[in-house]
Amino acid sequence: MICEQTKLALQKLFPPPEPQEDILEETDEEQDKKVAKKPRPNGLVERDYAVHGYHLDAQLDPNQLLEAVTILDEAEFFIESITGVDWIKDDQLEVVYDFARYDFDLCRVVIRTRVDRKEPAVPTITKIYDGANWHERETHEFFGIKFEGHPHLIPLLLPEDADFHPLLKDFKA
Amino acid sequence: MNAPIELQPDETFILNVGPQHPATHGVLRVKMEMNGEYIVEAETVIGYIHRMHEKMGEVKTYPQYLMNLSRMDYLGALGYSHGHVLLVEKASGIEVPERAEYIRAIMVELNRVSSHLFWFGAFVMDLGGFSPLMYALQDREHILDMLEAVTGSRLTYCYFRFGGVYNDVDDEFISSARRFIPRMRKSLKKYHKLVTGNVIFRKRLEGIAPVSQEMCRKYGASSAVARGSGINFDVRKNEPYSVYPEFDFDVPVFHECDSLARYNVRMEEIEQSLRIIEQGLDKLPDGPIMPKKKPKIIKPPAGDYYQAVETARGSFGIRLVSDGGKIPYRLKLRSPTYSNMHLFDEACRGMMIMDALAFMGSLDLVIPEIDR
Repeated sequence: MICEQTKLALQKLFPPPEPQEDILEETDEEQDKKVAKKPRPNGLVERDYAVHGYHLDAQLDPNQLLEAVTILDEAEFFIESITGVDWIKDDQLEVVYDFARYDFDLCRVVIRTRVDRKEPAVPTITKIYDGANWHERETHEFFGIKFEGHPHLIPLLLPEDADFHPLLKDFKA
Repeated sequence: MNAPIELQPDETFILNVGPQHPATHGVLRVKMEMNGEYIVEAETVIGYIHRMHEKMGEVKTYPQYLMNLSRMDYLGALGYSHGHVLLVEKASGIEVPERAEYIRAIMVELNRVSSHLFWFGAFVMDLGGFSPLMYALQDREHILDMLEAVTGSRLTYCYFRFGGVYNDVDDEFISSARRFIPRMRKSLKKYHKLVTGNVIFRKRLEGIAPVSQEMCRKYGASSAVARGSGINFDVRKNEPYSVYPEFDFDVPVFHECDSLARYNVRMEEIEQSLRIIEQGLDKLPDGPIMPKKKPKIIKPPAGDYYQAVETARGSFGIRLVSDGGKIPYRLKLRSPTYSNMHLFDEACRGMMIMDALAFMGSLDLVIPEIDR
């Protein structure tokens, strides 16, 4: 139930014309092959829960992020985690947000956004989810992604003077 | 419960709890701005034993990484390994024999009981009662002996394999586990008599450190923190995995939102785990413990996979981004205590310091698991 509602709400973020329907018709495998070749276009994909472990997978522009997270907040999702992935071949960094639910209306939502690897910056969601604070700090120190508007963006797990980003693929110890 | 006080900022001072403080159960530091006995502002500083398990995940092959998971949480290690093997099996389509899945569930539940027992002892010790720890360790010893006989280690188990488990349980284990269940039930009665009804104990916890449902949601809290605040959330029920749907067990939920509710949830969970172990032993099917057909080299197809499991400390999530190679492209570990601890800063504002330490104990912290 909630999955359908969330899907409809999130779909409003993307312009309705053709590209989106194409994405929805593609099967997972085709989609995955495509991902391996070139960065996936923005859009909402329904994933097979039995294989991937989540239901909805939305990739969007950084400036749509707050809007999408607000939708999930209003639908009473809780924040699971925030992390990054370094797609060095595409020269991009991906920020991945996980959301899940406390009730028995099972629906896991993944929100992802891609930013340029040279100047990675996304808006903070700490104003919506207080618990994003540590997750964003962690992603910041591991990947060097700047969360604009974050109240306290200092290293969390690494030493306080750390100026390296260990989870970048070109990081050399 | 917190007495109304007028805070005068110019009279505050900074107090460092930790990094070497017995109440923090590990290397954790909380920087507290105090006004007398009351906390004005608190900032948790973590990362003292950060080991970068996530980077290790990107340089080790899948089987090599098996042992890392048990180094995350030294009290409830098997729950974390369970999440890891389930994820890789799901991603690479490995079938698990039924017997192996039952053995896993029994082992994870035994480990959960041992973890809760240790927490129980340490928590009461935080509040000034030393002897319950000794009783709890005695019962825990029985579990550790059982697990040692089968898995080969007492704490940092590396027992699960992709597709099954590496050693079958023998008759001795089964009879020992059967003996353990009535023993633990008897002990639970003793604990309730000794601790739960104690006036001093109750006064320290009742109505202290309220955590609202909204706060749980904003921080992503799970385990007893959420269930003590009236949220009926247990991954074993909400998102059934492994053979858990086969078992008849309840999820204890308390609505008081205070430290005592969190205590009650964990004590009740011990009984529920015993029920699962009992049913698991009854239903344990015969058969192989490893699948006949299994890829020699594990290479999950390219894609993004997620698996959540309920560990002793809450909802543990593990995300795998695979590029189809022998080594994960990215492995993210979402640890439950990380989110539970995060809400401490906000929840302890205006609290007395002794109440805050009791609150910290009720969160069931294992620091290596927060720091990873």
